[in-house]
Amino acid sequence: MAAARASTSEAHGAPVIPVNLDFSQNHFELMGLPVGFALDRAALEDAYRRLQGQLHPDRFAQSGDQERRLAVQGAAWVNEAYATLKDDTRRARYLLTLQGVEFNDERDTASDPVFLMEQMELREALEEAPEAADPLGRLDALSGDIAARRKALSAQFAEALDADRVDEAKTLVLKMRFYDKLRDEARRTAERLEDELL
Amino acid sequence: MALLQISEPGMSTNPHEHRLAVGIDLGTTNSLVASVRSGVAETLPDAEGRHLLPSVVHYSADGVTVGHEAKRRAALDPLNTIASVKRLMGRGVEDLKTLNGHIPYEFVAGEGGVPRIRTAGGDVTPVQVSAEILRVLRERAEASLGGELSGAVITVPAYFDDAQRQATKDAATLAGLNVFRLLNEPTAAAIAYGLDKGQEGVIAVYDLGGGTFDISILRLSKGVFQVLATGGDSALGGDDFDRAIAEWIMQEAGMAGESDHQRMRKLMMDACAAKEALSDSDETELSIQVAGDQVWNGCITCEQMNCLIEPLINKTLAACRRALRDAGVERDEVIDVVMVGGSTRVPHVRQRVAEFFGREPRVDIDPDRVVAVGAALQADVLAGNKPDEEMLLLDVIPLSLGIETMGGLVEHIIPRNTTIPVARAQEFTTFKDGQTAMALHVVQGERDVVDHNRSLARFTLRGIPPMVAGAARIRVTFQVDADGLLNVSAREELSGAHAAIEVKPSYGLTDNEIETMLRDSMSHAREDMEARRLREQQVEADRVIEALDAALAADGEALLEAAERQAIDAARERLVAARADGDAETIKRAIQGVEKAGEDFVARRMNQSIRKAMAGHRVEEFE
Repeated sequence: MAAARASTSEAHGAPVIPVNLDFSQNHFELMGLPVGFALDRAALEDAYRRLQGQLHPDRFAQSGDQERRLAVQGAAWVNEAYATLKDDTRRARYLLTLQGVEFNDERDTASDPVFLMEQMELREALEEAPEAADPLGRLDALSGDIAARRKALSAQFAEALDADRVDEAKTLVLKMRFYDKLRDEARRTAERLEDELL
Repeated sequence: MALLQISEPGMSTNPHEHRLAVGIDLGTTNSLVASVRSGVAETLPDAEGRHLLPSVVHYSADGVTVGHEAKRRAALDPLNTIASVKRLMGRGVEDLKTLNGHIPYEFVAGEGGVPRIRTAGGDVTPVQVSAEILRVLRERAEASLGGELSGAVITVPAYFDDAQRQATKDAATLAGLNVFRLLNEPTAAAIAYGLDKGQEGVIAVYDLGGGTFDISILRLSKGVFQVLATGGDSALGGDDFDRAIAEWIMQEAGMAGESDHQRMRKLMMDACAAKEALSDSDETELSIQVAGDQVWNGCITCEQMNCLIEPLINKTLAACRRALRDAGVERDEVIDVVMVGGSTRVPHVRQRVAEFFGREPRVDIDPDRVVAVGAALQADVLAGNKPDEEMLLLDVIPLSLGIETMGGLVEHIIPRNTTIPVARAQEFTTFKDGQTAMALHVVQGERDVVDHNRSLARFTLRGIPPMVAGAARIRVTFQVDADGLLNVSAREELSGAHAAIEVKPSYGLTDNEIETMLRDSMSHAREDMEARRLREQQVEADRVIEALDAALAADGEALLEAAERQAIDAARERLVAARADGDAETIKRAIQGVEKAGEDFVARRMNQSIRKAMAGHRVEEFE
């Protein structure tokens, strides 16, 4: 790690609380969390607020351009780490990329025929939900179902990762992404229905 | 290895020096300035004890007047008296033409598409007009605080786009103010409220003004104000209540649909007066001039008015529901609802909001002043007057940012309600063989189809080395700073070709555009999906035809019998026809037809290329 750069504040003799930001740290190291799928959400929230408290550009309203620019980059980096770790699918995917697994969004997809059939059925159920007797209730039920299935996959992912079954873990991440898309679709459908009710 | 070494800013200034800082609510109708004195944030009055400064500027050959005096001249000299200039901020000449009859001023086109208003005091830009208002507020603050200001926090509506924010910032600079930060109005209200009450938990800010509605969901924790989601309707407010009441009156009084402009203005004012009267009584008398000297006398009850504004309130509640969903928060988690804006004085609004959230909304801070007070608290912290203050604001972008892709579709790179500052990158690739340049179109909005979003900027990445389609790796990076301003850069990873743009559009959306965009993103999602499917199939059809033609040119002679060739050509013709005027499903079937007809051909080409590739290699190389 490079030596600390003398800050302008030191020149004024004011006390300095140095914040060392090492951009080569991974998101877990940055947040002071163990690398792994299990997440201590409260610890993540605390670390996020602590880091933003030190790095947010608003803390540097009275500083020079260079420090302000660094603060914008640092705060953006912390925001990205927080958003990545907070979300199950993104965290799972990130853990694999840390192990050198590459994802190609254009090409990679799940190919398990049973799973794909299930996806088609869920998608059809979503498309038909607006015609149900209680469409919003039906959507809520479907969303719950989707969340539960995604959660089950998360548990399988944690197991596969622990056992170093990387290929299986990657397949599970790709499947989790399918559920994310279904969740977003359910959300859009619900918004549309609510608007139509007005 | 990058290393960032930063000192604690609050410590870097002389602890005994108190910097003078203000918060300014630059409103459409009225503006306010506030500051923290002896630990208390309060709005500052003028010499005559008035806090509100009408956002009106009068120009004459003799000079400029601002505020109450200017407002008085509006009736006598309307063309030289500029009111509601906030609506013009960040707008271009073209935009203003569509702001229909609302603006009586004479415009002339200025440099870079920025409109100027022709007045007796010369041509002025909306930025200059706003600067006059800000200058008066700065002078008022310096007189009451007794010194030069170190800086200011200026509030803007949460839905303000880049151009509107930039214009506001420019106006402040022109007025001699150092802008610490632009702050979203609902967030400012949350600060005023949260710091005042020492709250912890999730709060909702319901901000219904004269012409706009904003809803923000925030989490307050140990001095950190984290905006979880923001939403709203930029064309919904108290003015619409007035319009609904006016339409009811016209119906009751049997007035014609097309009365003259003067009479309609009068009617709108009568409607507004009735609305205000019904705030504290159950019914009110109406005396309306119908035509000529003919007068209609009637009465409107509170219940009748509530029915009229019900659909409008429902719209605001739909936006609340959406913001809660975006925030990932359940209704019962909201511990407090803060009301901001004059239109929240309508009892039925309060009642419906109370029902929706299951709790009485807080109205204990003056809804007219709460925004300025919050801005003052933030300014005090940013000035470095509170080195121990933990207060921190984490805000979000209100509308998604993206790039136009093939077929006029939008790929969102930063979704709405992402915390700023933020940097995100996405890889794109070339569509044609040998393509050496890529045009990038940056857009903002929620719709899938590019035409329905707001265009922010266009630029071109050149110098991509010629490669086969899909081989180039173009990385597009979006960076948004804490004020919500966007930078975009693009880089071809293999060659290092680079291009960047600072997104500073010369003007923003029209009211109609904003209104239409918001309404469309709500109600046309289905239409979007169909349009998207169609464009996707059209792009796919183009790709299939291009690939087929290339394959036929290369191996058609060698690998196909005449009859086979005929079948493929026929399938290709059907696809070309479907591509020209078919729906998504027809194109899809035609693509499948081509794929089926070409199945054997593809297999033979594959075998041939494998044979070619393997020629001269030993078998073990492939194991």
